[in-house]
Amino acid sequence: MSGVTDWRKAGFGVYIHWPFCAAKCPYCDFNSHVRREVDQTRWRDALVRALKAEAARTPGRIVDTVFFGGGTPSLMPPETVAAVIETIRNEWTLASDAEITLEANPTSVEAGKFRAFSAAGVNRVSMGVQALNDTDLKALGRMHSVAEARAAFEIARSVFDRVSFDLIYARMGQGVGQWRAELREALDMAVDHLSLYQLTIEAGTRFADLYRLGKLKKPTDEAAAAMYDATQEICEEAGMPAYEISNHARPDAQSRHNLIYWHYGDYVGVGPGAHGRLTLERGRVATETMLAPEAWLEAAERDAIGSAGETAITPEDQATEYLLMCLRLREGADLARYEALGGAALNPARIAELVGDGMLEQKGTQLIATAQGRILLNALLAKLLT
Amino acid sequence: MTKTENIRNFSIVAHIDHGKSTLADRLIQMTGGLSEREMTEQVLDSMDIEKERGITIKAQTVRLDYKAADGEEYVLNLIDTPGHVDFAYEVSKSMQAVEGSLLVVDASQGVEAQTLANVYQAIEADHEIVPVLNKIDLPAAEPERICTQIEDVIGIDASEAIHTSAKSGLGMEDVLEAIVTRLPAPKGDPDAPLKALLVDSWYDAYLGVVVLVRIMDGSLKKGQKITMMRAGATYPVDRVGVFTPKMVQVDELGPGELGFLTASIKQVRDTNVGDTITTERAGADEPLPGYQPSVPVVFCGIFPVDAAEFEDLRAAVDKLALNDASFSHEVETSAALGFGFRCGFLGLLHLEIITERLEREYDISLITTAPSVVYKMLMKDGTEMEMHNPADMPDVMKIEHIEEPWIKATILVPDEYLGDVLKLCQERRGVQVDLTYAGTRAMVVYKLPLNEVVFDFYDRLKSVTKGYASFDYSIDGYEPGNLVKMAVLVNDEPVDALSVIVHRDKAEPRGRSMCEKLKELIPQHMFKVPIQAAIGGRIIARETISALRKDVTAKCYGGDVSRKRKLLDKQKAGKKKMRQFGKVDIPQEAFINALKMDS
Ligand SMILES: Nc1nc2c(ncn2[C@@H]2O[C@H](COP(=O)(O)OP(=O)(O)OP(=O)(O)O)[C@@H](O)[C@H]2O)c(=O)[nH]1
Ligand SMILES: [Mg+2]
Repeated sequence: MSGVTDWRKAGFGVYIHWPFCAAKCPYCDFNSHVRREVDQTRWRDALVRALKAEAARTPGRIVDTVFFGGGTPSLMPPETVAAVIETIRNEWTLASDAEITLEANPTSVEAGKFRAFSAAGVNRVSMGVQALNDTDLKALGRMHSVAEARAAFEIARSVFDRVSFDLIYARMGQGVGQWRAELREALDMAVDHLSLYQLTIEAGTRFADLYRLGKLKKPTDEAAAAMYDATQEICEEAGMPAYEISNHARPDAQSRHNLIYWHYGDYVGVGPGAHGRLTLERGRVATETMLAPEAWLEAAERDAIGSAGETAITPEDQATEYLLMCLRLREGADLARYEALGGAALNPARIAELVGDGMLEQKGTQLIATAQGRILLNALLAKLLT
Repeated sequence: MTKTENIRNFSIVAHIDHGKSTLADRLIQMTGGLSEREMTEQVLDSMDIEKERGITIKAQTVRLDYKAADGEEYVLNLIDTPGHVDFAYEVSKSMQAVEGSLLVVDASQGVEAQTLANVYQAIEADHEIVPVLNKIDLPAAEPERICTQIEDVIGIDASEAIHTSAKSGLGMEDVLEAIVTRLPAPKGDPDAPLKALLVDSWYDAYLGVVVLVRIMDGSLKKGQKITMMRAGATYPVDRVGVFTPKMVQVDELGPGELGFLTASIKQVRDTNVGDTITTERAGADEPLPGYQPSVPVVFCGIFPVDAAEFEDLRAAVDKLALNDASFSHEVETSAALGFGFRCGFLGLLHLEIITERLEREYDISLITTAPSVVYKMLMKDGTEMEMHNPADMPDVMKIEHIEEPWIKATILVPDEYLGDVLKLCQERRGVQVDLTYAGTRAMVVYKLPLNEVVFDFYDRLKSVTKGYASFDYSIDGYEPGNLVKMAVLVNDEPVDALSVIVHRDKAEPRGRSMCEKLKELIPQHMFKVPIQAAIGGRIIARETISALRKDVTAKCYGGDVSRKRKLLDKQKAGKKKMRQFGKVDIPQEAFINALKMDS
């Protein structure tokens, strides 16, 4: 298989980054910023121009998925969302069954815009519910209440075919029993998809400061792992098994956009701090744009993309990236594709050792991390690749 | 060739840090050997490792030209020596190449353990000794008191001790005059067959093997065919020269002179320090007595982290050994570590310096195993064998008894720390031999089993006395001991490189401490890793490294790929610094650090 066609195995997606939030959450290390005023026209024009430039170097492709992430893309004017989708449709070919997802905050203000987003072409929302109790929502710095989230969620269900929501668990002071109850409640509410993330303290966040000062208590590693195990068991029972480390779905309701990442397909990253992986004539490249919103906007007005650099990815690194993404999936990674990408097979002795330890399973050319292997994925990869 | 009457050869000896190298700096400067611009502090400490640690490791020779008060031109050959006990062999080697010693004593600290040790060596070498009281610029300097101390403790006349500040240059004229007037000129017959003592040799990237010689009789010239008498090798001389300290070629070297030669020497083994160099034709009949071989007292295994680097290690070890006759090595194989070398050293600092030089100068990552001493095994069948490596321990059923080496240690320490020193020696199975006072300082003599000293005795001594104690030792002989081999099992497999010989009474605490240390040193794995210490089949201590429970990142999307890959690359690089035993990765530094005791 030539590198040029490799990406086709996993599809082609477009990611749009909207960097603005109404408030910065204390746990979030994403590229998000609070601005009193956003020049909506400038931003819309810049995004449209960036898309055109990206399309010019990936001509003729069929876009399978579009994803609006952030920041808080539900703060975007629906006209901007419409302009973006329209541009994608015009510049590339948009698949007739394209999945177009937008991340949304579950507040009444944003719920009011759902119909307009839908009219613009969005067919899936992913809502940042985060917790189903008000005290914790407050501690997480969220601006919504549980009641408000539930109301927004009901509106979303009625507007969109597909709705997912996020929860954060292993939160400060949370016990396993408490989480089990909360998860059951969430499953009752869920439509077809859930993202369940363990709280991690990221460097540079307010939580990191509090944690350092001893003002924020996390569950022990053991308790957090027990919560992870409970999550797998409960979701499985409820018919929403994990298809990836933190993502659960009913059959056929997986996030197709995110699967492009995990299958190591091609994707365009547009907007500040967006990353892409593109197979071009000269090989596979990693793209990255300017991080700060204003810096990106200015750069994009000069070069259309707001690029912060592009680097060629060596075959060996491509194989590594494929493996580290794909082993997150319950379906596992294809050894043949690993070898085709990097030009060398994985060490069979290592595989055998890890199979013996119950960390891996091999089915034909498919290499699968077991439940045990998946939660130790970092150690597993280090072992597998040395 | 200089007339022998106008030559003076001397070594500068002292306890560590008393200012030998700084004194050498001033003498070089005074006599114009180096210009102001070329001068640096402790200019003779030329290795990076010497500069960083501020200590001299290798003795260095310099020739100075000096016009004395009597109007005569003199050639002075100075050898700056190291002060630390582990490099005492460098000092004794140097002393045999010269006729006198400047005994430098820090006028604020006074006589220390190596001051004593060096004086005894100088007396043994028949040296004229000139005491120099250095650092008199320090407010705490008490030259008068120290003078009396030298006379009381050492028993040599110090009434004409020279007062200097090597830092400011004070007293340098006096030093130079004393060298000329108080030290004897060398003897030697210029017409006799060449007899030169091979004092030192080292590998130079440009010149190949460089040999430092002291001419006893005859003369050494470029183009001569020379023979190393003991090695039996013959080479034509390419270059002859002296150090000023820069390398300067000369036509010939005559009796009493010190200098270097190069001779396209390919076989590193042909240049053994202490050998005698003569001419191939009409050479000397009898070699010089040469040097007493140094006796390594501490042994450890050295292995490349990457087994593929063994041949590189071999080349590096050969080159380094050329430059350090007190370092011995032979190939060793370990079940766990593969090919490496069993190396012998004069002490732990020596071990540390050699391994650091191998890593730095030759760019090889090393695993150093637990240091051990040489045990004598007296077998039931009446035979006797030496054991340098705990991994070679014979079947205990066949051993009648084991003997271990003991040392006699001399420790000088201010009064207030005496109690701590006695306690430390006692803990290490020491037997007190003597305790005397010189003013407010105590001099304790202890007999100690070397295996209790080898590892961290010196560090502990420094820490309990806040650095105020000084320490010197000599090997005292072998005595039977109740010794056992303690094996360490990691994940139920014995790791031979971690086994140690211990006194039975110390086995349990030692085993516990090693298991605890290893628990900290070995990273968590995907499975739990038991660590056990065992004597024979009996487990005497155990710890368990719990399994990693969960390390996967919660979120990994399109923007996280590059970062994740770089993180993984880092992790992989970290793994390269470890060696795999069975399924367990053990970091390279664990082998040595597992032995460090906290108290
Ligand atoms: N104040 C003062 N300091 C001095 C004098 N001579 C040397 N020193 C300092 O003492 C320290 C040790 O000096 P060195 O010349 O390296 O001592 P050394 O005896 O060669 O040490 P080793 O080779 O390690 O045994 C350095 O910091 C010097 O600057 C002196 O006369 N006065
Ligand atoms: Mg020195």
